[in-house]
Amino acid sequence: MADDVDQQQTTNTVEEPLDLTRLSLDERTYVKMRNDRELQGRLHAYDQHLNTILGDVEETVTTIEIDEETYEEIYKSTKRNIPMLFVRGDGVVLVAPPLRVG
Amino acid sequence: MLFYSFFKPVVELKNDLSICRTLHSVDQYLNIKLTNISVTDPEKYPHMLSVKNCLIQGSVVRYMQLPPDEVHKQLLQDAARKEPLPQKQ
Repeated sequence: MADDVDQQQTTNTVEEPLDLTRLSLDERTYVKMRNDRELQGRLHAYDQHLNTILGDVEETVTTIEIDEETYEEIYKSTKRNIPMLFVRGDGVVLVAPPLRVG
Repeated sequence: MLFYSFFKPVVELKNDLSICRTLHSVDQYLNIKLTNISVTDPEKYPHMLSVKNCLIQGSVVRYMQLPPDEVHKQLLQDAARKEPLPQKQ
């Protein structure tokens, strides 16, 4: 009886893009989302849909307001802290190690 | 990865509506049933004062804010590590 039980062991090689995400587990991660939202948090879980669970998250929402008189663009950002967050994958655009402003 | 034990998540929808209260059930499509709901910020968000129970289509959810102490972080991480990713052949 041929049985390939437990054939799917945890592989340490990086073969697919999602393997790179696996390297970021339990690390601070930067997630860029649609509608000009960004999240920085500790990556706890993800799946192939890019549904993500992040802990100690800081959400940044960036809005652009246009001054009526001068027509210049004013960038405003709103931040929020959430202790534990599930993020639906269809809003996720990018997953990366945290941005460091140097 | 199905989770049933989160009692009072704050569900934030893509139209910026935030609802909280008791998680009744979740299905494979991540459609969410909430019972006895209350709106988190009644002034800012659309009024749903008369709605007590609701079924939310999974695709409309943006976030779910979970209580941090009810989450087994280690279990999640191990599950994500072992998650069989779709293999291309």
